[in-house]
Amino acid sequence: MQVSMTVNGRDVSADVEPRTLLVHFIREELRLTGTHVGCETGYCGACTVHVDGKPIKSCTMLAVQADGATVTTIEGMASNGELHPVQEGFWERHGLQCGFCTPGMIMSAAALLEENENPSEDEIRHGIEGNLCRCTGYHNIVRAVEYAGAKMRGEEPPAPDWEGGD
Amino acid sequence: MYPRQFDYVAPGSLDEAFGALGDTSKVMAGGMSLIPLMKMRLFSPGTVVDIGRIGGLDTIDDHGDHISIGALVRHAETASSGAVPTALATAASLTGDVQVRNRGTTCGALAHADVAADQPAGALACGAVMVAQSASGTREIPASEFFVDALTSALHHDEILTSVKIPKAGDGEGSAYDKLGRRGGRSDYAVAGAAAWVKKSNGSIEAARVALTGVGTKPQLADGVAEALVGTDGSDGAVEAAADRALEGVTVLEDLYGSEEYKSHLAKVYVTRAVKQALANI
Ligand SMILES: Cc1cc2nc3c(=O)[nH]c(=O)nc-3n(C[C@H](O)[C@H](O)[C@H](O)COP(=O)(O)OP(=O)(O)OC[C@H]3O[C@@H](n4cnc5c(N)ncnc54)[C@H](O)[C@@H]3O)c2cc1C
Ligand code: FES
Ligand code: FES
Repeated sequence: MQVSMTVNGRDVSADVEPRTLLVHFIREELRLTGTHVGCETGYCGACTVHVDGKPIKSCTMLAVQADGATVTTIEGMASNGELHPVQEGFWERHGLQCGFCTPGMIMSAAALLEENENPSEDEIRHGIEGNLCRCTGYHNIVRAVEYAGAKMRGEEPPAPDWEGGD
Repeated sequence: MYPRQFDYVAPGSLDEAFGALGDTSKVMAGGMSLIPLMKMRLFSPGTVVDIGRIGGLDTIDDHGDHISIGALVRHAETASSGAVPTALATAASLTGDVQVRNRGTTCGALAHADVAADQPAGALACGAVMVAQSASGTREIPASEFFVDALTSALHHDEILTSVKIPKAGDGEGSAYDKLGRRGGRSDYAVAGAAAWVKKSNGSIEAARVALTGVGTKPQLADGVAEALVGTDGSDGAVEAAADRALEGVTVLEDLYGSEEYKSHLAKVYVTRAVKQALANI
């Protein structure tokens, strides 16, 4: 079947089997391998991308369901060589260790901050409830999102934990 | 993990969809339950009829004494619209996670009829009525007759659940939902959970509906609790005594997440919590 969509601002189309999952379309057809496949069951969130502005799990959506949609993947977050504030937050606050969950985490966190520009720690943890991390214990991920939120609001990010922040 | 091959159709109207439904077809709404089942090859339909592109099914409409939630209304919207009675709205807000709530539909969660799902209990407590349409007409099925068995609803193969009707909360009415999730707290499917709806007048409970999820063979009403509540003042003592009847007519099944004893205990705990919260929500 023919599918067409806009991915990171680029119009793409391809002939796919109906059973092709959106994540495979993104990784194998478009060669955008920043979107990861972790559990393949819908639980880990490593495959999170935005479809029409909302975070979804691309391992649990068919490419044909996304026909006509606007898709953003992790590769579409930086612009003109500048990291997205959430990407910068993960960098500045060590929000990752192995990095496997990171693309999905960033997509979920960015969507959360779109909806709620100043989330509490509890709201951040709920906002990323669909994303599992096996390394960090989430602490620095929460700090990274707080950093990004402050940046996006035009405020000074809180000091990092290792410099006496909380 | 790929599903087996299937034919895919995305009809633009209900009539076209009815025409595409056959013996080996399956309706797909959000795909949040269907796609994982197909990927694990526990289920391999010949044709997937994706109703996602049918217009007019994605709204919550006000009909005076009730609202109707269309087949393409996602969990996220049911949770946040403000128009949906608390028991169902809360159940939707506790379904899966952010990404699941952005794709999965309330009607899909009802049609899927999972024993451990959240919204079926909310729908039961709220006195929902399912609107099932097929080429031969429209049937209305009360929630109390809709959940037949594990993963089995009263829908026929050629029917689409086009909407669910929910009576609006009137004066003196309140509802609530609470659960213990499989991942602890309220995360993920229910190990056990309960929804409650109560109506009070002149200081006493005039009517009640209480529903259980996660404990039995299907989402079901706990009629004994409702019966015990009616006529009481809804005091903590009365609620706790009524909750003792939570398991009347329920076959408690142990599963990976809890023994029969544990689930029986949880059923009473969550019935108590849901009823107290429903009373507080009046
Ligand atoms: C990671 C993850 C976590 C989850 N956690 C929870 C949870 O905590 N609690 C919970 O309750 N659920 C949970 N779910 C399931 C989720 O709620 C599903 O969205 C829901 O059960 C199905 O809705 P859907 O629109 O996605 O339906 P689909 O997956 O498209 O369909 C499910 C079934 O219902 C049928 N169907 C769907 N819509 C209709 C219709 N309008 N008419 C006729 N038949 C129809 C389909 O044929 C299929 O048999 C989870 C799912 C995932 C992937
Ligand atoms: S790979 Fe999609 S949720 Fe894990
Ligand atoms: S950094 Fe390794 S899984 Fe999150």
